[in-house]
Amino acid sequence: MAERTVIEAVRATMHAEMRRDDSIIVLGEDVGSRGGVFLATDGLIDEFGESRVIDTPLAESSICGVALGAAVNGMRPIAEIQFADFVWPAINQLVGEASKVRYGTNGVKTAPMTVRVPYGGGVRGGLYHSQSIEVLFAHTPGLSVVAPATPYDAKGLLASAIRSEDPVIVLEHKRTYRLVKGDVPDEDYTIPIGKAEIKRPGTDLTIFTYGLMLHYALQAAEMAAESGIDVEVLDLRTLRPLDADGIAESASRTGKALIVQEDTPAVSISSEVAAIIGERCFFDLDGPITRLGPPELPPMPFSPLQEAAFMPSPEKILAAITKLAEI
Amino acid sequence: MSATANIPTNSNQFSGEQLSGERLLELYRTMVLSRYLDERVWLLNRQGKAAIAASAQGHEATQVACIEATDPSKDHYLIYYRQFAAMIALGTEPEEMLRGFLAKESDPMSAARQFPLHGAHPRVDLFNFSNVIATQLPQAAGVALADKLKGSDAVTIVYFGDGASSQGDTHEAMNFAGVHKLPVIFFCENNRYAISVPIEKQMGVESVASRAVGYGFPGVQVDGTDVNAVHEVTKAAVERARAGDGPTLIEASVERLLPHTTDDDHTRYRSAEDIAQMSERDPLLILSALLKRRDLLTDTEDEEIHSAAKKRVNVATDTVDAEPYPGTETMFDHVIEGSGNGGNS
Amino acid sequence: MVFKVELPHVGESVTEAVIGKWLISPGDQIEKYDPLVEVITDKVNMDVPSPATGVLTKILAEEGETVLMGAVIAEMDIGEEESPATSTESPAVEAVSSSPSASRIGTLVQGANVGPTGGEFVDTSLSTDTPVSASANSEAGNGTVRQKGFSPVVTRLASQHGVDLNSLVGTGLGGRVTKKDVLAAVESGGTEAASAGQYRLGANGDDEIVEPSPIRKMIANHMVKSMSEIPHAWSAIEVDVTGMVEWRTANKEQFQSDHGVRLTYLPITLAVVASALESNPRLNSSWHEGKIILKKAINVGVAVAADEGLVVPVVHGAAGTSIVDLAGLLAGVVDRARSSSMTLEDVQGGTFTLNNTGALGSVWGGAIINHPQAAILTTEAIVKRPVVLDRSGVDEVVVRSMMNICLSFDHRIVDGAEASMFLQSVKSGLEAITLESDLK
Repeated sequence: MAERTVIEAVRATMHAEMRRDDSIIVLGEDVGSRGGVFLATDGLIDEFGESRVIDTPLAESSICGVALGAAVNGMRPIAEIQFADFVWPAINQLVGEASKVRYGTNGVKTAPMTVRVPYGGGVRGGLYHSQSIEVLFAHTPGLSVVAPATPYDAKGLLASAIRSEDPVIVLEHKRTYRLVKGDVPDEDYTIPIGKAEIKRPGTDLTIFTYGLMLHYALQAAEMAAESGIDVEVLDLRTLRPLDADGIAESASRTGKALIVQEDTPAVSISSEVAAIIGERCFFDLDGPITRLGPPELPPMPFSPLQEAAFMPSPEKILAAITKLAEI
Repeated sequence: MSATANIPTNSNQFSGEQLSGERLLELYRTMVLSRYLDERVWLLNRQGKAAIAASAQGHEATQVACIEATDPSKDHYLIYYRQFAAMIALGTEPEEMLRGFLAKESDPMSAARQFPLHGAHPRVDLFNFSNVIATQLPQAAGVALADKLKGSDAVTIVYFGDGASSQGDTHEAMNFAGVHKLPVIFFCENNRYAISVPIEKQMGVESVASRAVGYGFPGVQVDGTDVNAVHEVTKAAVERARAGDGPTLIEASVERLLPHTTDDDHTRYRSAEDIAQMSERDPLLILSALLKRRDLLTDTEDEEIHSAAKKRVNVATDTVDAEPYPGTETMFDHVIEGSGNGGNS
Repeated sequence: MVFKVELPHVGESVTEAVIGKWLISPGDQIEKYDPLVEVITDKVNMDVPSPATGVLTKILAEEGETVLMGAVIAEMDIGEEESPATSTESPAVEAVSSSPSASRIGTLVQGANVGPTGGEFVDTSLSTDTPVSASANSEAGNGTVRQKGFSPVVTRLASQHGVDLNSLVGTGLGGRVTKKDVLAAVESGGTEAASAGQYRLGANGDDEIVEPSPIRKMIANHMVKSMSEIPHAWSAIEVDVTGMVEWRTANKEQFQSDHGVRLTYLPITLAVVASALESNPRLNSSWHEGKIILKKAINVGVAVAADEGLVVPVVHGAAGTSIVDLAGLLAGVVDRARSSSMTLEDVQGGTFTLNNTGALGSVWGGAIINHPQAAILTTEAIVKRPVVLDRSGVDEVVVRSMMNICLSFDHRIVDGAEASMFLQSVKSGLEAITLESDLK
């Protein structure tokens, strides 16, 4: 067991996986000598060499397209997109191509590839280093999308993603990289893709969330406890496929659902979670399904006051908890 | 209006070496079979049975000659939608081709989930994930990267047209392959039209092959109607790749004898003279003439080859016409578990 | 075998073509797929391939003639083969206009087709006889609907209007109380919300939940309907049936051997009630859509406790029927009721109901009217009581057989006075019977 930050857990997992399976290669911008701009791949090139840790040209479409080609020819590539904001040129190769390999070849070809994507804001990243990109991928049949928020989950989910026979997008909230520290067992373990986890059990209402917002929600839940409101916090962990059973079980039990998300709410993960709760828990609801998200404007302004106004916070979450609990 | 034809001559570029008579005849038979099947598919479209088809008429020579220089037991072929003759050359039966065009359940490439010629081949490593243009080029670089890492001497051949050469993915793929000296052959079949857009509106240069210098590897132009020239050029590129010397860009000049697909009408953008003139570069006529000149083929034997091909195609058509479409119960096969959320999962 | 050659569809928004040139002549052999005839449209000229192998026998469209798509243009003799499937034209769909005008919506162009990437492809793949391998429809399963519990809107309405949800019979899936059920209860003056006390509504602790049988559900619905629609009022009187008892006791054996039917009080009371209904027609009626329907026939239903619950077989034309015949009819119909072999006629057409609650010892009963009738009469238990009779001006206490009869009636149709008059009719009819009576 060791106490690690999220970035340390990510890095350690890649080291361990690449030792375990020499068909695993890493490719992306600056992943080699530099060790990645967040140091996610620090040390990998020293241990595994240039042939397995590839500094690619500045070209996201081909980072993913090359990864896809290598994946269908016996490798297990981990592609890194330096910032989620740069993923858009790769949509073609990921959503258009990789997601449909198995289905479109009737199972003859499979693409065991992983794409790691640092995302999210609250880092003074402005419009192009703060984006949340999950929606397009989470909508796509043939892709899986995970969003671990803790060091423990980062290791377990990244390992599952790497070992999956199909393409998995791993969304790592960049603010959690150094902010969140926790226990990570040394031994090998995986967390199944598609399972949410109750991070804090409660009885009065459930917060459904993921990413950095998990930690803000937990803080808000502690504050709410002082007022006698007992909040359950469910970490979605996987955004596709969503753990519909887990979501419904918690919402039915507490009867009140608050969905907290950093991505803008319109047509988002929170929309889908709300639909699941509406479909499955209708008769158990004691209050309206409630969503808390940022305002509908391009995420997110660079200047500090506006960035703070944009981002959900523990205080904003507490206000939403209190309001819902009162109904 | 017609695009400027820039047809390289083969006289000063190639050794003039010829394939053996036996191989030439075999290639000719393949081309004739491809031509009859190609025509039949077009007809099936006009009958409302084959929803879409892209013809390889005019491309047959370059496709069969290229394959001839490779090793289907280990090499990789990333094709696009016009590689009809290449698939025949790689041993795809007419029935198998028709199953794709008629969307029958035993379509070997994709069980008719995709357009014809898309999916993965049952016997050789040939695949085509989508009909999005040029996405296969970075994928080909990835396939070649894996071979290099594995220490395999397999070669990856990726096919594309003149239009595809404009896509960002083409640039990115060639760039990557050049950096890493990957065992990949970028094979452009330039018929000078991307649907209706002629080559002078597609690129500022006269030749696709001229761009190779920008990526650090050789680019070669060849007359795509000349089986011997195409074979020689491809063979050299294959040897280069197997030896670890990196990629080659081959540009074969061909005519697109028919419109882009069965949904196109090329009289809307090509003059009647231009269309008529194309038939002078019909590779079947060119090879047939060469074979007869070399006394490898008589008129009677030629007729026999044609009639055998026609019969073969008729048998295949009747067989496949009677086969069933995929039923709805297989629609969810190979859908990743857990797909779908909420109340309907 | 004659094969008809149709002109196939050859282009988008094209419905006809001109025959250009026949490429063979009648009597010529042609193979399937070989070009048969050249046709000309304003979009494209094309050669139509022969749909079959055979001999062209007749040309039905001449060169230069304009022909509609799908029209027969020639005939062929294709020998013994089965004719291949011809493509059928899918019917054109006309747009239906709603509020905006049709021109604003637009209409569909007949024959206009689009191929997968543009073009003019007309898909015939589903119009031929091509076999399809087992095509089970796989339906995405829906999440199961919970049948128990009240939905958010049901609880809200119930609390707003003081409706006791437990008194409602749900018409939703699985017996769920729906929004409509609550609103219906509200409209018909539903019951006050029962005080829930400190217990939860529904099953508590070890309470056993019983699923009602279909008949019980029907009875339940019928009772609710009657109580919620008909304003019930109630009246009762005592009847001295000493004479009837004496008569029956004296005559029952003879009756049984004469007529083969057991003599109970029921045919007697039935005859008296039927006669009373003749003279009090308002008691033999029905309130329907704001009108009082006076029923001509007097068909008295007799409540019978069958195994599965209360059933009410009907004795048709009870008035003017002899007691002997009534006894016979009753025996038959009650027998069928108890053996669950009633016919449709047995249960239809009732205009009044008689319920012998006295058979089980009841002395006062408030029955629920058998909707949509106007009233229901119960005959209670015959009990020997000390009664005060005026014997020649002197009050004496004597022991008499007394039977209460109770009437529930629809107060929209019948007032207390009429109800009492009816009860008096029945009373006097029964009290007129003595040992010496000659009843038939």
